[in-house]
Amino acid sequence: MTESAHHPAPLSPVEQRVAALQTLLTERGLVPEGFIEEITRQYESEIGPMNGAKVVARAWVDPGYKQRLQADGTAAIAELGIGGPEGHHMVVVENTAGVHNVIVCTLCSCYPWPVLGLPPAWYKDPPYRARMVREPRALLAEMGCLLPEDVEIRVWDSSAEVRYLVLPPRPRGTESRTEAELAALVTRDSMIGVARL
Amino acid sequence: MDGIHDLGGMQGFGAVDHSSAEPAFQHRWEAGARALLELVAGAVQASGGEFRHSIERMAPGHYLTSSYYEHWLTAAATLAVEHGLVTQSDLETRAGGRFPLSDRVLAPPVEDAGPDVGTPRFAVGDRVRVRDWHPAGHTRCPRYVRGKAGTVVRVDGTYSVPDIEAHSTARRHEPTYSVRFEAAELWGDDQHGAWVHVDLWDSYLEPS
Repeated sequence: MTESAHHPAPLSPVEQRVAALQTLLTERGLVPEGFIEEITRQYESEIGPMNGAKVVARAWVDPGYKQRLQADGTAAIAELGIGGPEGHHMVVVENTAGVHNVIVCTLCSCYPWPVLGLPPAWYKDPPYRARMVREPRALLAEMGCLLPEDVEIRVWDSSAEVRYLVLPPRPRGTESRTEAELAALVTRDSMIGVARL
Repeated sequence: MDGIHDLGGMQGFGAVDHSSAEPAFQHRWEAGARALLELVAGAVQASGGEFRHSIERMAPGHYLTSSYYEHWLTAAATLAVEHGLVTQSDLETRAGGRFPLSDRVLAPPVEDAGPDVGTPRFAVGDRVRVRDWHPAGHTRCPRYVRGKAGTVVRVDGTYSVPDIEAHSTARRHEPTYSVRFEAAELWGDDQHGAWVHVDLWDSYLEPS
């Protein structure tokens, strides 16, 4: 056995603060048994970009669904059994040959949890929040999303109750793929709008 | 408030540290912080506005040097102290060190929420201008669009005004709009073909 197995790493200051608040709230009967484990399990295994990918793949194969998705995103997403906090007012914005959409939240980190899961760290950090509204074309290029000059860029700052999902165009040469195969092609970044497929 | 959280358009932050895949929680304690915030917010019946404002009141240096879930932890502890569930000294005793909380609320409590606005004042295509004001309390009107003119592109439902709910148990409901601004107009530069859409409550806007 190694030394570290006998002496686990000491808690960092932030871990000590979490433990302090958790202990005090537990003493006051405010932490139900298993609550933290349940939150962890949900976000690690049930809620994530695989849900958004199902929505996108369905829109690619079913024109009627795509129409409903664009008319009422929340209702169409609910057809696939997907919904919940930060997903009650969904608007779907479609990327085309001439228009590229991208989502941001400059004031905090609003993000469509039911379809994309929890936001990645870079989405929540200052550089992305500060720059995407100021220099979107330059920042997208820096992140590897190079757009022709004549493509219009539409940035959506999620500053009120609506949460956005970007609908990327179906890649060429995928005509013979099944819906499940198509869903596997859809990346989280393409649904935020910082990448193309 | 004109706080550090209102980052849209600020310069000097450098490159985005982009990764295309990462776990939901990078550290175990992050899930704990998230869960504790949910528990505290539920116990004290904090509105979304009150929760967000408890992060916005963090000291700017602390905000910029701490991660998203440290913001949530600070919010959870701040709300728990402000609502009398725990004390800061208890927290510091248990943590064995400093437990920084957010600064006090600068805005006075809202006594009169005012009447709900049921009917949208604006329609798709209308030109509007964002009020140029600097409230001391919570608002969801980003600084970078204040005083700027744009075009309504979508009228959404009617929602509780965050500026009220963060400072009162009363509520006022108003329509929200997605307003489109040309990037070159916002920043006074020569960008072309770039548009920024911001979702704004009715009372943030004036006819233009």
